[in-house]
Amino acid sequence: MASILNFALLAFSSGGEGGSPLDINPGVIIWTTITFIFLFLVLKKMAWKPILNSLNERENFIKDSLEKAEKARKEAEELYEKNKQNLARAEEEAQKIIEQGREYAENLKKQILEESKAEAKKLIQDASAEIERKNQEAFNNLKTQIAEIAVGAAEKIIREKLDEQTNAKLVEKYIEDLAKG
Amino acid sequence: MAYNVEEVIADSVHNAAKSGGDAGWMMHHVLDGKELDLSPFGVIHLPQIHLFGIDISITKHVVFMWIAAVILILIFSAVAKSYKKSMVPKGLANLVEILVVFVRDDIVKPTIGSGYEKFLPYLLTVFFFILTCNFLGLFPYGSTATSNISVTATLATFSFFVIQIGGIIKNGFIGYFKGLMPHGIPMWLLPIMFVVEILGLFTKPFALAVRLFANMTAGHVVIMALIGLIFILKSYAVAPVSIGFALFINLLEVLVALIQAYIFTILSSLFIGMAIHQEH
Repeated sequence: MASILNFALLAFSSGGEGGSPLDINPGVIIWTTITFIFLFLVLKKMAWKPILNSLNERENFIKDSLEKAEKARKEAEELYEKNKQNLARAEEEAQKIIEQGREYAENLKKQILEESKAEAKKLIQDASAEIERKNQEAFNNLKTQIAEIAVGAAEKIIREKLDEQTNAKLVEKYIEDLAKG
Repeated sequence: MAYNVEEVIADSVHNAAKSGGDAGWMMHHVLDGKELDLSPFGVIHLPQIHLFGIDISITKHVVFMWIAAVILILIFSAVAKSYKKSMVPKGLANLVEILVVFVRDDIVKPTIGSGYEKFLPYLLTVFFFILTCNFLGLFPYGSTATSNISVTATLATFSFFVIQIGGIIKNGFIGYFKGLMPHGIPMWLLPIMFVVEILGLFTKPFALAVRLFANMTAGHVVIMALIGLIFILKSYAVAPVSIGFALFINLLEVLVALIQAYIFTILSSLFIGMAIHQEH
């Protein structure tokens, strides 16, 4: 018991003028209270509110930005996928159109060819007919001309030698023979 | 060689009492005083005020508390202003932000949980006030206000009120005291448990006060004792060793200054969390 008392005496003994570190000074308590309350109120209004608010604001901003970026990335990916699909479809379409065009051109070519063949045939036929006709005409002309020439020649001869009538019969008969031959 | 402990202690006390002045130089640095000792430049005598029979003189520790308060107000108003200019912190704001975010995310958020925002300003103020006071004691001519038990007791009392009022507001007056009782104890234990729990309410802040005070005092006493060895042994040969050890303790004190501010804050925060979330 005495040792505890001595311990206490040691702890609370006033070391010279200053006293013990365990001395409670009511003045310091009052000043601490005033200082701390003042500091708390001033800092709360001047510092904690704006600092914590801007911290929160920034954290929300960063969170939003990250979310937005993630969303944008997803959208871009979707868009890219869609574009790829669209491109593939467009290519397919283009291929189809080209195929169709080729087919159409082929058909057209065939048709034109057939038409022109038919045209050519017709033209040839027409030309043949014309030639035949012209030939016939020329032949007929020739026939009359020959006949006239022959008649002229015969007339000359007959005038000199025979009478016109007997000789004409002779010539006609001759021309008929010629036509037959 | 069995020492009679009682005799040794009695002898020490006797010696201390006989040559009380010898220990005074050591305690002079640690204890509160009524003047600022700026030797060799002189001594500033602080004003003595007596009001209603109470000695409310401005003491050394009060002055250093005010210095701490002024430093904090200057720093934080500057930081708050810099946030208005741009969202991106620079320089001082960056450093302060690390500490503020540390207090918020590593101390208050995990210990209080939901509804921590209401207690954040108080805990931030406590943290930075204690931190600044602790560091002021490490400067030349500085003095640690937190090595004064009156100061730490007042701070602990604030924590006590914040804890109790926080718990009562959250759970209601009766609900709060009901929640203090552990669940599922036999009825006959209730009166004992009630006394124990009520005592517990007071021992928590008491421990806070003593822990901070003792930690902040001890380092200085050890440094003083190490330096004192030179004069006691009256030999220059001791000086390098003493200075080396004193320097080590001084660096340790930087660590202790940080740790004690952290511990006071996290324990206050933890007790607040326990008071408002009693279901855990």
